[in-house]
Amino acid sequence: MNSYLRSQKRVVLRNCGQIDPNSIEEYISSGGYRALKRALLEMEPAAVVQTVKDSGLRGRGGAGFPTGLKWEFAAKAEGDPKFVICNADEGEPGTFKDRLILEGDPHCVIEGMVIAAYAVGASKGYLYIRGEYGQSYETITNALKQARSAGFLGNDIAGSGFGFDIVVRSGAGAYVCGEETALMESIEGKRGESRVKPPYPTDKGLWGYPTVINNVETLANIPPIIENGADWFRQIGTPTSPGTKVFTLTGDVMNRGLVEVPMGTTLRTLVFDVGGGIPRGRKFKMAQTGGSSGGCLPASLLDIPLDFDSLREVDSSLGSGALLIVDDSHCIVDVVKSFMHFFEHESCGKCTPCREGTYRLARLVEKIEDEEATLADLDVLSRLCRVMERSCLCGLGQAAPKPVLTTLKYFKEEYLVHLRDQAASKGA
Amino acid sequence: MNACSTAPTLSTETDKQIDRVIEEYKDEPSPLLEILNEVQHIFGYLSDDMLIAISEKLSIPTSQVYGVATFYSLLSTRPKGKHIIRVCESAPCHVMGSESVLRAVKDELGIDLGETTPDGLFTLESTSCLGICSVGPAMMVNDRVFGNLTREKVRLILRRYAKDKEASVS
Ligand SMILES: Cc1cc2nc3c(=O)[nH]c(=O)nc-3n(C[C@H](O)[C@H](O)[C@H](O)COP(=O)(O)O)c2cc1C
Ligand code: SF4
Repeated sequence: MNSYLRSQKRVVLRNCGQIDPNSIEEYISSGGYRALKRALLEMEPAAVVQTVKDSGLRGRGGAGFPTGLKWEFAAKAEGDPKFVICNADEGEPGTFKDRLILEGDPHCVIEGMVIAAYAVGASKGYLYIRGEYGQSYETITNALKQARSAGFLGNDIAGSGFGFDIVVRSGAGAYVCGEETALMESIEGKRGESRVKPPYPTDKGLWGYPTVINNVETLANIPPIIENGADWFRQIGTPTSPGTKVFTLTGDVMNRGLVEVPMGTTLRTLVFDVGGGIPRGRKFKMAQTGGSSGGCLPASLLDIPLDFDSLREVDSSLGSGALLIVDDSHCIVDVVKSFMHFFEHESCGKCTPCREGTYRLARLVEKIEDEEATLADLDVLSRLCRVMERSCLCGLGQAAPKPVLTTLKYFKEEYLVHLRDQAASKGA
Repeated sequence: MNACSTAPTLSTETDKQIDRVIEEYKDEPSPLLEILNEVQHIFGYLSDDMLIAISEKLSIPTSQVYGVATFYSLLSTRPKGKHIIRVCESAPCHVMGSESVLRAVKDELGIDLGETTPDGLFTLESTSCLGICSVGPAMMVNDRVFGNLTREKVRLILRRYAKDKEASVS
């Protein structure tokens, strides 16, 4: 086996490319909907919640919140009806795992949603899918129809007496709608602007009712956990981040694309073994983990294990599993500028620190790239970052400064050579 | 846009089509975004008159309908060209050279981002990640994705679309 395959372990992607995504029969014959039957026919809802809690599964949409705990909050919350939402808005640049899961194995996401609904007592589900993902929309719509006629959705699912159905909603091009409360605003037919938290969605979510919202990959982990048990799941990955993670390798790396490895696999293994190294004889310069709002890590951190906690320690994040590899032909300031343009464009504009802050960040980084900035500007830049981290309303504005702060920390010299008065910077 | 207007000048046919879309979603609570998506899908864009009509039919303030229609980047309140080009500008494509792809499109068509060619054939837009980073730099023309782009490839693709004036509208 070559190193590309050896390091991989398929849990979430077990069926992708192996079965016909348009055939529920193939899904069932590969063991599909067994977990659903076990949960609905043999387990109490509280036991399902407990199994997911015991598994240690943490949300794969970015924040890494313990899934079982989230379900428990929603199960205990007062309110009727309750909702389950599958977050398939996937707008994070460099991330396309949810699209490939939905297009490759749609039934495992549906199965995960039904189990979640049973666990928390929800009667209706929404699958909110990114507007640009036309193919996924069709695949999932077709899969929902099949699941309905096979009795895995609707009234009295699999003879259990439990009823639940799923509606697909399409986004319309707004990155911030991936944020859970903005997504709910969008389903409610409004502008996708984030809400103030608390109250959290498990208490007051969609239309004010208790709501569980989970990422596609999180939900795809549920059937194997119910089927094989929490202990099995805990054998994979690290003690605080059990399981596997699907990563999308992009940028200057030989094998660009989707890989699934145990949590805690090092960055070096992913870039050089799984990813096949840096093309055209160039050298590794930095890796950004977690998407646009992730930290930018230098070569000295290549041995860091990729899991929620290890990355937090170096001011980065696992995020959605995006890994952008940048070789030594690129200028860091130019790459950071591209991130800042993204945030400037995607800020929803509801709160001032982010609406104005993302604009100012972009202008400052442009000024640095144009060699018109001074040391004082660098100071303003990092102060603005600190203000935004503390005062922005939602994760978009709070995390937008991360690539700036981490590059200022690890690649400061690249900023300094751009300053108008290089002499002044040398003295500093 | 005039929120007080009560008699939008829509053709009866357009009006009927909007009614049909609304009917489709009558069982869904707050389906405004779905309806806007669908109406735009039919007509290519959302005119002021359409927005006013939708607001009246749903009894939602026109300001709110307009606010939603202008929030989402896939919704457009202006007519667009026959072919819509979306160049991916996100970081993974940026690293692979999307700036030169964008320049090639601009040079070839003689328009800037957000503009439409005078003959109404092309509209140029940028987009955030299309999720096809493994073949970056990438762009979409209507619903089709093109990857591993170079200046030369961009020119060939655009000329093909320019020649094919009868090509179906997305
Ligand atoms: C700006 C922003 C964008 C986000 N985009 C997504 C997304 O595209 N998909 C997703 O699953 N979560 C996204 N999230 C995280 C969600 O808010 C939420 O934490 C997640 O859907 C919860 O599911 P999980 O616990 O299964 O991860 C985003 C958060 C922020 C702040
Ligand atoms: S931080 Fe940005 S995206 Fe979030 S609510 Fe404020 S303006 Fe909107």
